[in-house]
Amino acid sequence: MAEPMLKPPKIAISPVAWMRQNLFSNWQNSLLTLVVGYLVVTSAGPLFSWLFFEATFLGQEPSDCTGTGACWLFINERLNFFIYGFYPDEQQWRVDVMFLLLAVCFIPQFIERFPGRKWFGLFGLTGLPLVGVFLVPGGILGLPVVQSSDWGGLMLTLILAYIGIIASLPIGIVLALGRRSEMPIIRGICVVFIEVWRAVPLITVLFMASVMLPLFLPEGMNFEKLMRALIGITLWQSAYMAEVIRGGLQAIPRGQYEAADALGLGYWKKTGLIILPQALKMVIPGIVNTFISLFKDTTLVLIIGLFDILGTVQSTITDPAWQNVAIEGYVFVAFCFWVFCFGISRYSQKLERKLDTGHKT
Amino acid sequence: MKKQAIDSRPASPKPWYDPRIRSLFFQFVAIALVFWGGWTLVDNTLSNMQSRGISTGFGFLGETAGFGIIMSLVPYDSTMTYGRTFVVGLMNTLLVSAMGIVTATIVGFIIGVARLSSNWLVAKLALVYIEIIRNIPLLLQIFFWYFAVLGSLPTPRQSVEVAGSLFLNNRGLYLPEPMPQDGFGLVWGSIILAIVAVTGLRKWAKKRQLATGEIFPTFRVGLAILVILPVLAYLVAGSPLTWELPALKGFNFGGGIAIIPELAALWIALSLYTASFIAEIVRSGILSVSGGQTEAAKALGLPNGLILRLVVIPQAMRVIIPPLTSQYLNLTKNSSLATAIGYPDLVAIFMGTTLNQTGQAVEVVAITMAVYLTISLLISLFMNIYNRAVAIKER
Repeated sequence: MAEPMLKPPKIAISPVAWMRQNLFSNWQNSLLTLVVGYLVVTSAGPLFSWLFFEATFLGQEPSDCTGTGACWLFINERLNFFIYGFYPDEQQWRVDVMFLLLAVCFIPQFIERFPGRKWFGLFGLTGLPLVGVFLVPGGILGLPVVQSSDWGGLMLTLILAYIGIIASLPIGIVLALGRRSEMPIIRGICVVFIEVWRAVPLITVLFMASVMLPLFLPEGMNFEKLMRALIGITLWQSAYMAEVIRGGLQAIPRGQYEAADALGLGYWKKTGLIILPQALKMVIPGIVNTFISLFKDTTLVLIIGLFDILGTVQSTITDPAWQNVAIEGYVFVAFCFWVFCFGISRYSQKLERKLDTGHKT
Repeated sequence: MKKQAIDSRPASPKPWYDPRIRSLFFQFVAIALVFWGGWTLVDNTLSNMQSRGISTGFGFLGETAGFGIIMSLVPYDSTMTYGRTFVVGLMNTLLVSAMGIVTATIVGFIIGVARLSSNWLVAKLALVYIEIIRNIPLLLQIFFWYFAVLGSLPTPRQSVEVAGSLFLNNRGLYLPEPMPQDGFGLVWGSIILAIVAVTGLRKWAKKRQLATGEIFPTFRVGLAILVILPVLAYLVAGSPLTWELPALKGFNFGGGIAIIPELAALWIALSLYTASFIAEIVRSGILSVSGGQTEAAKALGLPNGLILRLVVIPQAMRVIIPPLTSQYLNLTKNSSLATAIGYPDLVAIFMGTTLNQTGQAVEVVAITMAVYLTISLLISLFMNIYNRAVAIKER
């Protein structure tokens, strides 16, 4: 098709015409626009002045918060606790290294033309957790040990969500393959496992992990609280992961299975070389979405007494030295989660659009 | 099909290459592993419980609980049994879930439709609501409503008062309670009669429409029957209803219906959070109805209201209902976050206090999980029945 001689004008319609079409098309619409617009303007004004214009940003003491707006000073002063929990100050560089590595691995994923971004992502999924397992708890290469009870804040939230996803991925793949298996007993076991975990709320799983897991293990063997929570989260998440991956497996056209059979490939070669690479690529958006919901759900660990980012804020806002900083604290946590979740969901939508080609049967 | 392919092979392969024998072997191994794992767990648990002096069995359900619960739908006091605490917790869970489902559906549908509004401002506002609410953890939203909003309400003595019968303070919202007197049974009877009458009317109207093509205004007449009949019965019986007003007694209110702040916070947070997901479901459902359907309905001369009611909504519902039920299920499961703010739901009461007092973790956790499993299976059963009913009938 030949290129048109002239590109269409940037603004096809004037702002007035746009407003007439989108805001004031008839009298009901005009009335709606005026009422809603009035409500937005009257509520946005006080909101912004509370958030920014009349808020206190600088100072040292709680008494410096004199304005009628938000007291962001509180966040400034406690930021270290909100990010690292009780992690000792002189060791925090270890966590910073992990944050940096995380950024290096995943920020390129948002940039389309970044050279070798696939390898960065792959390292993020395999090497990064390995580095973390040694760097964060310490105990080798002369690094002092930091007990997991001292971990907290944003760092703990990220650890829980990240390990939850990475560990549940292989279990989820096995369960999804099991559910699609032709062997009735194996299929039955997988279906029961998946459906039971999916039916119960995460909080009961966490309770179970913290109360019942010690009973299940042989005497003398026990895990720390964080480890128990991680086991619970991983098992629970793997059921959801299995369902996401099963969606991908079902979306593979039957011809792919038959072609692999025709080539004489065995089950594992067929699955590993033909089916899974296609299926996993297809479900990346789904995996990202489960990651978002897991990331939000990790806040539940504060109920069993771990200090994630919400837990650290919740325990600080009751500090009598600071009066009425609850809303500031919650807004801060909400902002942190929102930035992560909104960013990741935008990424997954972009990915979905990109992958939405060529797989329609 | 597969079997034939195997049987028709010329030379029989070695037994360990035979797929049937292999599959039997793997299944046997899987069963053995599951049994071995299960047995180890049971064995470990029993020996652990023995060494810690924890008793087993469900006998504890009959023992006296000895703790109070701030809210219960069934009569309860601390002399009742642990079994009773289970019922109280379950009822509270079901109450907040039902309340949340109703409001989340209403708010979600409104926002979902607003998202598709031709009015730019309304559509963008709905988008902002959805993107903010669904990207913030539910627990944080519950905390926000409970500690930041409801916690900052005035004390009972400085309650916000509406018309001397409705009070709002940091202990809760107090509403007048209707107290049916003798003769109110007549009103209940008339309500049942009205429902039966309207059902009959609908059947008759449909039959008539199919036979003659004439449309009977079922909705208006039905609504009139539903309103007029009970009102008449109420007046005939001599207005057998009094209202008990809440009143300040000492430091707190007594009488009337009290909505405790824990319930209110949980209800608001669950409704708003789930509504943001329902809104997206509704939007995609409506968008899934192809434009040709609306155009065809217009070509037939149907007015806009009827197009929506007879053409768009029935088709959109087919897409909306399955994800909607899974949101209802999520809401029910999320109601267990009640335990973080102390609303006495199943998890907070039974898995919290009862478990701590009796120490019988295995039984309590098993019962709690069984309840959620049952709810979830029931909802998916209904969903499957519904799906079969509305599925496109292909002939």
